[in-house]
Amino acid sequence: MTLANPSELAQSHPGNLQPEGWLRYFSFSLDHKVIGIQYLVCGFIFYLIGGALAGVIRTELASPMADFVSRETYNEVLTLHGTVMIFLWIVPVVNGGFGNYLIPFYVGARDMAFPRLNAVAFWLIPPAGILLISSYFLAGAAAQSGWTAYPPLSLTTPAAGQVVWILSVLLLGGSSIFGGINFIATILKLRRPGLGLMQMPMYCWAMLGTSILVVLSTPVLAGTLIMLSFDIIAHTGFFNPALGGNVVVYQHLFWFYSHPAVYIMVLPAFGLVSEILPVHARKPLFGYVTMVYSIMAIVVLGLIVWAHHMFTSGTPPWMRLFFTIATSFIAVPTGIKFFNWLATLWGGKIALNSAMLFACAFIVNFVFGGITGVALAQVPFDIHVHDTYFVVGHFHYIVYGGTVFVVFASLYHWYPKFTGRLLNEDLGRLHFLLTFIGFNLCFAPQHWLGLNGMPRRVAEYDPSFTTLNQVSSVGALLMAISTIPLLINVVLTAFKGDIAGDNPWNALTPEWLTSSPPPVENWLGEAPLVTEPYGYGHTPDKEPSNPSVNQVA
Amino acid sequence: MKLPAVLVLSISTAALLLLGLWVGYNVNVLPIAASSNAPTYDALFKALFSIGTVLFLGILILLVYSLVAFRRRPGDVGDGLAIEGNLPLEIVWTAIPAVVVLFVGLYSYDIYERMGGMAPMHDHSTMLAMASESSATSSSAAIPAKVWAGIGVGVDASNVETAALPVDVTAMQFAFIFHYPNADITSGELHVPVGQPVELHMEARDVIHAFWVPQFRLKQDVIPGQPTVLSFTATRAGTYPIVCAELCGPYHGGMRSNVVVHEPEAYQSWLAQNTPAPTTT
Repeated sequence: MTLANPSELAQSHPGNLQPEGWLRYFSFSLDHKVIGIQYLVCGFIFYLIGGALAGVIRTELASPMADFVSRETYNEVLTLHGTVMIFLWIVPVVNGGFGNYLIPFYVGARDMAFPRLNAVAFWLIPPAGILLISSYFLAGAAAQSGWTAYPPLSLTTPAAGQVVWILSVLLLGGSSIFGGINFIATILKLRRPGLGLMQMPMYCWAMLGTSILVVLSTPVLAGTLIMLSFDIIAHTGFFNPALGGNVVVYQHLFWFYSHPAVYIMVLPAFGLVSEILPVHARKPLFGYVTMVYSIMAIVVLGLIVWAHHMFTSGTPPWMRLFFTIATSFIAVPTGIKFFNWLATLWGGKIALNSAMLFACAFIVNFVFGGITGVALAQVPFDIHVHDTYFVVGHFHYIVYGGTVFVVFASLYHWYPKFTGRLLNEDLGRLHFLLTFIGFNLCFAPQHWLGLNGMPRRVAEYDPSFTTLNQVSSVGALLMAISTIPLLINVVLTAFKGDIAGDNPWNALTPEWLTSSPPPVENWLGEAPLVTEPYGYGHTPDKEPSNPSVNQVA
Repeated sequence: MKLPAVLVLSISTAALLLLGLWVGYNVNVLPIAASSNAPTYDALFKALFSIGTVLFLGILILLVYSLVAFRRRPGDVGDGLAIEGNLPLEIVWTAIPAVVVLFVGLYSYDIYERMGGMAPMHDHSTMLAMASESSATSSSAAIPAKVWAGIGVGVDASNVETAALPVDVTAMQFAFIFHYPNADITSGELHVPVGQPVELHMEARDVIHAFWVPQFRLKQDVIPGQPTVLSFTATRAGTYPIVCAELCGPYHGGMRSNVVVHEPEAYQSWLAQNTPAPTTT
């Protein structure tokens, strides 16, 4: 591995054939920063679509009768909501978006290892998303069997919509695998000479762990969905009990991907928070080494907990017990990370700006979701609340309260690097306040609803649950309103915001050691060697006195 | 006068623990308990609720305190302390969750066993095969491949002499049908007596459904092609909802029924009223 001379790179790099200015964001650009922004903007558009679908759900549930949309449409809406939010918003944004933008900076590279594969990975997403959404209009009916697509329901609902759904998820899974391979190669092989593995910013470790999960588990989902499509199109009997198939096998295969998918959505968020907290608290990241080991522990454990989604299914007692214990133990490495973040804040000089507000709210939300998660891992507890609104509340605390809050924190943190301008703080705080109140109002009451008898994925419910459902719907409305200050902020400050300068936060990680926005090859000169990405509080001498220390690679 | 830090820390920890216990055991968020299994479940729930409250409030207080106490004062451009880690401290907060999780795991295993979750399946299947035979002994050779999963077998050892009431449950889009093989009754509602173990033999006709009675704290998927079993003993007369908890199609939300728990005499009269007269044709 050698570091290419920038002038050589400029000659061999096809960058000069690429459009300049705003047009490059609509092109097959090979620049990791352009691809990162493409992921972010594309993901945000799908976030708005998924949010609109959530609005339909919460409007329907504002009254106990199924009276807003037809029952079939309601099932289509909940299926699309889940699929869009997971596969088109969270996974692409926290992996592809911030990953593509930041990872080459963090390892001291000028681009990702495979720039063309990178562009292909992104450009699979818009067609897959359009395909998915259009199935509602084109195929007559979109998929109606939930994002889990359990057979035999997925075999008996309108076939065209289900097949389009499978096709779309296969494309998105392919995109995800391409991205994962690219991240692993970039982190392991493109590190600047002198940069040891244990000197990388934490987000690199998070993305390495995530990418390992992506590469190991996504192919299983792909294979499963291909088998499911054979059952639908060719009337094979893999999962069709009428033909001797086994429906529980599908659940095992599906969750073998879809539980790690939770970590694919959450680990990158852990990494991003580990970057944001030290900068605004002016303190080193507490316990770097234990943070790295806990990421890897989560990766290993994350692969052996899937059947906790199937405690009420055809699951024998020994399996229920094993998956209870394995799932509970994931709380240990996760707990380490949260205590380390608290210790990072302790004794710091904390600037409570929008980025920090969202990052700290993430800690609160995720701890809440984690505690209900440990409870759900216990078979006897789960047998009562499985497939109820308790679970809906729990996983929204993880994926929205966890990951989406971190996406917003990251946006406030890195927007100055993306554009060279700072986002407006007042609008940012308004956005935070509306999101935080709306989110808790929407999802906290759902735990009570689930405990007291409201199953998930229903268009109608017992009238005694009306009040809390209306509270929840008001919360959802606040969340919808909260996107308005965000959108105004992002659009207005892109043109009129305060100039940020290269390093508005006085951060030490390498992306801040270049101009904002950075040049095509990231640095005009040689890439800087940053061996202490969290060296806050040290004497001004930022040059590492002994570069060979901790050198692993 | 400034109190020593150790004292402040131990007093606030003790206060937090007491608050957690109080919340866990006094804030009732569960529906009525109407099966022998429900109080066991509620005990676990209260323990978890207490532990969760302590952890959540503890972390919340630490976070808010940090944000206030260590806020950046205007004009301060310096850095915080250069503390990069503290191994003993990190070992402590690895060990505490590990111990808590281990305790929770062992406790819920105990609860699960008391709920009958660990009872070997063949006990039950033997009963299924031998119908009314009350012999509790069975050999492992008797495991039929049919029954896949269930819960609540042998809930209460003292009730062995009370034969379980078998009911066949068929789930379909969008209804449950209950058949009493001993009395040849078919009903859209489940009627059971207080105090007698009931054993549901469940199978779905089309897609996956789930049988859930919130007041019993029990749920089991009803799966096409794979019979499942659910046992319970109702402890409180009344009418409780049976809810389908697995997405099964457009009318999933409307797939509901009732379980009517009778006093034993009332159950006998329901049985007598509904048993079909011997056919004379």
